[in-house]
Amino acid sequence: MSDKEQSNPQNPTRREFLSTTGTTAAASLIAAYMPLTANASEEEETSGASGPTIDGAMPITLRINGKDRQLRVDPRTTLLDCIRESVLLTGTKKGCDHGQCGACTVHVNGRRVVSCLSLALMHDGEEITTIEGLGTPEAMHPMQSAFLECDGYQCGYCTSGQIMSAVALLKEPCGADDASVKELMSGNICRCGAYGNIVAAIQQVRKRA
Amino acid sequence: MHSFEFTRPENAAAAITVAGQAKTAQQGADIRFVAGGTTLIDLMKLEVETPARLLDINHLPFDKIEEMPNGGLKVGATVRNSDLANHARVQRDYSVLSQAILSGASAQLRNMATTAGNLLQRTRCVYFRDTAMRCNKREPGTGCPAITGSNRTLAVLGTSEHCIATNPSDMCVAMAALEAIIHVEGPRGARTIAFGDFHLLPGSTPHRETVLEPGDLVTHVTLPPSRAGSRQVYLKLRDRASYEFALASAAVVMNLTGGRISYVRIALGGVGTKPWRSPEAEAALAGKPANAANFRQAAEAALRNAKPQSENKFKIELAKRCLTHALKTAANG
Repeated sequence: MSDKEQSNPQNPTRREFLSTTGTTAAASLIAAYMPLTANASEEEETSGASGPTIDGAMPITLRINGKDRQLRVDPRTTLLDCIRESVLLTGTKKGCDHGQCGACTVHVNGRRVVSCLSLALMHDGEEITTIEGLGTPEAMHPMQSAFLECDGYQCGYCTSGQIMSAVALLKEPCGADDASVKELMSGNICRCGAYGNIVAAIQQVRKRA
Repeated sequence: MHSFEFTRPENAAAAITVAGQAKTAQQGADIRFVAGGTTLIDLMKLEVETPARLLDINHLPFDKIEEMPNGGLKVGATVRNSDLANHARVQRDYSVLSQAILSGASAQLRNMATTAGNLLQRTRCVYFRDTAMRCNKREPGTGCPAITGSNRTLAVLGTSEHCIATNPSDMCVAMAALEAIIHVEGPRGARTIAFGDFHLLPGSTPHRETVLEPGDLVTHVTLPPSRAGSRQVYLKLRDRASYEFALASAAVVMNLTGGRISYVRIALGGVGTKPWRSPEAEAALAGKPANAANFRQAAEAALRNAKPQSENKFKIELAKRCLTHALKTAANG
């Protein structure tokens, strides 16, 4: 879940391994989503584009997890693809890419949305929170801890979307019973079927709040 | 997804001027307004919609719910569905609308989808959504394979030999029963459209779904003043308990005076090619005692002209039971 793993050439992460052994075709695909700076994990963004110029790309500023990101994106870029491919925050997952599964759930100005059905350009100047902005492995958000404690996942692919939805639910009108939680979580599909434990995790956080 | 030009018009007048250059405001429009994006971006990914220009209207001042001097409510075009459903006044006086919206989509989608976007929500017919298939709505004149194909979820009311696609909206069913009024600004000025006149039957032109013309921008919807003692119910029946489109749904707005029905408005969802107001069911109940026999009779009247397809005959009885139960619930509430 964390994207803060330190890069180590002797012991690369799975993602680093895959991205450095990709084919030329894959590399050209990735280039279509080049961030302004080649490595978005750098602390300081520069204003001049260092990557290839994309025809028709437009400038936007997204405030993601409290940090302003100045980007140039093709108008077709969804908020999801922008977060994953331009800003390189890959905790947000692409499931169906049609607003049906909830894996891509993030918060925009504090409210949960599916980032696959929104264009990045529609969010210029807005506040985006992704799973990386909720907590860290050392200081987890109570919902992240509850998912761990209650075993609210199996394969983990839907988990970041589930947790983003669950955190937003805490501030929404929702009845006290499990049925109300299930209803408000119905936009997040878990194909492993961890639903019972997901509801338990959410109820645990609500009871402790 | 095809390439397009993305702009943010400064104000409504600028948006209308640009959109007025479009060849059509219907299926395949070359210029589209975008707000929530939950329908349009989806269809653009499928290449069912391929606009050359998108006009982002999210920043225009249509995001408010306001009390009207006559006691009605003015709902801005870009008010999010979740804000409308959870608005205190809507929950109190127009609860059928709140119930309908909360029965649709997911919490995330309701946070994105807007009033006007929901008015223009497109059908979920699988033939419409798949460009490898023929579809009269997507490509006029190519035929309707749904009629002899997969049609279990499709319409039984308002169909034609050219199209049997269901209107998928829950919000619209409630608005039809509430007799909402749609406010539009266009190249020739502002006008209002009664809810029942906004959506079109497919007939021989299923690609035309509404009366909107190029440049027409829905600015807001008004709800008439609520009636004291109004009983309101939205009942939705579907394959899953949540996050699924209706197989049949019913919106009921009813007033009782001494056990008799003094006012009733009825609309059905999941069964019609447009949000289906039923004056037949309303007429069957006007002035009658609120009892099970009369409710069933109204349901029979509502579905009298229903035409089943090969896989959806069950919807006719389902819709009747749905309406009967909704009427009972309203009367007992």
